[in-house]
Amino acid sequence: MKLTVNGQTHDVDVPPDMPLLWVLRDELQITGVKYGCGIAQCGACTVHVDGEAVRSCQIPVGDLEGEVTTIEGLGTPDALHAVQEAWIELQVAQCGYCQSGQMTQAASLLADNPAPSDADIDDAMSGNLCRCGTYPRIRAAVKSAAAKMGA
Amino acid sequence: MGKARTIARRSFLVGSVALAGGVAFGTYVVHKPHDNPLAEQASEGEATFNPWVLVSSDAVTLIVPHADTGQGVASMQAALIAEELDIEFGQFETSFGVPSAAYYNTAMASEAVPFMPTDKGFAAETMRSAMGAAIKVLGAQVTGGSSSTPDSYEKLRAAGASARETLKLAASQRTGVPVEQLKTAGGAVQLPDGTELKYTELAADAATLDPVTDVPLRDPSTWRMVGRNMQRLDVVAKSTGTMTYGIDLYLDGMVNGTVRMNPRKGAALNSYDASAAEAMKGVRKVVPITNGVAVLADNTWTAFQAADAIEYDWAAAPYPAEQDGHWAEVAASFTEERLDSEWRNEGDVDAVMEGAETLELEYRAPYVAHQPLEPLSAVAKVTDDRVDVWATHQMPRFAVDKIAAITGHKTAQIHFHSQYGGGSFGHRLEFLNITATVEAANQMRGTPVKITFSREEDFAQDFTRQIGMSRSKGAVKDGKVVAHDLQIATVSSSRSQMGRLGQSVPGADSQIVAGAWEQPYAIPNFRVRGYAVPELAPTSSWRAVGASSGGFFSDCALDELIHAAGADPLEERLRLMNHDVSRKVLEAVGEMSGWGSDLGPNRGRGVAFVLSFGVPVAEVVEVTNTDSGIKIDKVWVAADVGRVIDPINFDNLMKGGVIWGLGHAMNSEITYSDGMAEQSNFYTHEGMRLAQCPEIFVKGLENGSAVKGIGEPPVPPAAPALANAIFAATGQRIREMPFNKHIDFV
Repeated sequence: MKLTVNGQTHDVDVPPDMPLLWVLRDELQITGVKYGCGIAQCGACTVHVDGEAVRSCQIPVGDLEGEVTTIEGLGTPDALHAVQEAWIELQVAQCGYCQSGQMTQAASLLADNPAPSDADIDDAMSGNLCRCGTYPRIRAAVKSAAAKMGA
Repeated sequence: MGKARTIARRSFLVGSVALAGGVAFGTYVVHKPHDNPLAEQASEGEATFNPWVLVSSDAVTLIVPHADTGQGVASMQAALIAEELDIEFGQFETSFGVPSAAYYNTAMASEAVPFMPTDKGFAAETMRSAMGAAIKVLGAQVTGGSSSTPDSYEKLRAAGASARETLKLAASQRTGVPVEQLKTAGGAVQLPDGTELKYTELAADAATLDPVTDVPLRDPSTWRMVGRNMQRLDVVAKSTGTMTYGIDLYLDGMVNGTVRMNPRKGAALNSYDASAAEAMKGVRKVVPITNGVAVLADNTWTAFQAADAIEYDWAAAPYPAEQDGHWAEVAASFTEERLDSEWRNEGDVDAVMEGAETLELEYRAPYVAHQPLEPLSAVAKVTDDRVDVWATHQMPRFAVDKIAAITGHKTAQIHFHSQYGGGSFGHRLEFLNITATVEAANQMRGTPVKITFSREEDFAQDFTRQIGMSRSKGAVKDGKVVAHDLQIATVSSSRSQMGRLGQSVPGADSQIVAGAWEQPYAIPNFRVRGYAVPELAPTSSWRAVGASSGGFFSDCALDELIHAAGADPLEERLRLMNHDVSRKVLEAVGEMSGWGSDLGPNRGRGVAFVLSFGVPVAEVVEVTNTDSGIKIDKVWVAADVGRVIDPINFDNLMKGGVIWGLGHAMNSEITYSDGMAEQSNFYTHEGMRLAQCPEIFVKGLENGSAVKGIGEPPVPPAAPALANAIFAATGQRIREMPFNKHIDFV
């Protein structure tokens, strides 16, 4: 089976019902994507498929249609995405485990809606759980990233 | 108060070597330093001056032994060393180091004596000193109790200063320039002519010198890092998906696995049939472990599927199967026989209640789970002559002992590699992930094994917060609170936790009455008694430990008494307060929140104050009662930690603590049915989500005489401040967490 992740094509030999999350992590060792709950309750596994934020724990790899982008493909320490830049400037992370999912979710929100209202942010981001309680900084960082992208 | 016979609170730290009213250790033992673990590892030409600084020809490495589970202590520890060492972030590497007695915690002692944190008298300080000596002798390397900052504050600056002066001495000997004429900055010694000798260039010379010790610490007014906004060392990695947590490790030849243990916690697995699982493609092996099995497979997902395919015959729970049975045991514990402590008894509560206007109250706090977002996991490789384990743990030396007991290796053959943790909140004080992984790896010698708990397994095995109730009776007179007789009954999370380490906890458990008995209120007649409920389902330290329930009980009860007296909630708390540092914290939230101004209809404000872990914290919560439920609009929170090390991290932890306290008080509990937790994933136990999060305004005060940590103290006042605000907005008193059993939230 072939899949394209962050612009690279990979051949994997796995059952088609294996969730994309575990193909990324255990087969390809792309570990920015996290396992948190396995049932789309926490958002830690959020990736983009053709630019749209999806929960990779819910996508059987056999059903995958489109190119996958993980947090590593969004931007790198040397070439940051605006969302990552904002996340660093505002020092959002505490434990950081949910933040890959938060950032991919936020990037998808901003691609669809470059100037989200507070209510838009609440709607788009409430499926992503943060146990450390970084929500006030997440809100601020989404707004900061929106400003950067609009500039 | 402060009876010597009751000294063993939080004595899980000092185990069964609890003191019997005095210093149990000779002066020599107490003053003898522990061996420097870096000295054993250092190669030729590498200089180590103390257990925290290692300089080689190509790198300066700072050892940050407190576990970083998201609270930012790696950066805090590094900054304290770097402040005196004159080296900048980016110029050094950090390492969590190896588990060692040298990293014993010097600050847990302040929580380990039955004296109020506001008591700085001779007896209190003598006992703290004795308890500190016990912890040192035991070499207890512990991250917990918001003690990392107080433990590190002087010790790590001294370590940096000693290393700096030794490097200067090496430079002086090499160049002939007197030490007094040398300066240091940016990781280098500067000669008067402007020449720079990098620390790394001086490593080989410095390695031959005895470290310069007893270097005076610099005055805070000269600091360039501590007290200013820092950029955390881990923030770029955590913002780019490049941080490697323990769960992200993939070793060559590693098998991925999971475990399934009896969901009736602590009970045995009678028998199992794994034939279907073993026949599944990609399954390598199913092996027995304590109370369960480990399933080893090509990948984690296959292991999860295979664990579901096994048929299990689980033994019965060693505690009541149904939740009602747990509450019944708690309710039956307010007896003379189960009296655990009576550390506060001022005035004469019994006499004053006679014929007075009294109020009787009962409050409840349920079991709650930890559930950091990185599920429990570990990687282990066992061979005949060594064991390697990669995991995050708050007590790594105890973890090493647990590992040794499984594999039979000597502790010197066990190599524990500490990892950044994806949250903890007390969860990583327990050992199940490590013991389960090592048990599995021990049956696969030579093969690295990673065990990942499914979220459901993590919930099923979570040693939760204590369950408890309070019963209190109070009296008011002439618009004032005149008496409060508070009784608290909880299971002892300290005894449960220590029991799993094979240790007993002599004396009373301070955590049963934490957040209540030591509050700085001069209520003329004030008694606090703690009752120990016998062990039910196993429990452990949950962020803020006893004060997370005790603060709710004591502050809400006080709020009800103040209301009964017809007094203002903030004014009456201020009138009763007998501790200046605390009073200023309460005054601060009053000012920040505009306390007293009119909010209009359907709105309300609540205030709460709890002193815990030596830190006074006050919070004001403002809510609106909408058609679809209570909406939390704003929260103001002020705390005094003596000195704020990093204002950004302080702000982040304060907000996180408020959200933790509010979210679980609103939405979360663990209940048992058929001996198993009924909540198995986040949809039934989620804490708070972003849409419910209020605006939070933070203030740090620095009037306290000692430097304290802030991980836990913001949690206890959150629940009572919210309950008090809901009462103000609706007239409804909620006396049981989670509040959503009684009222809807937006």
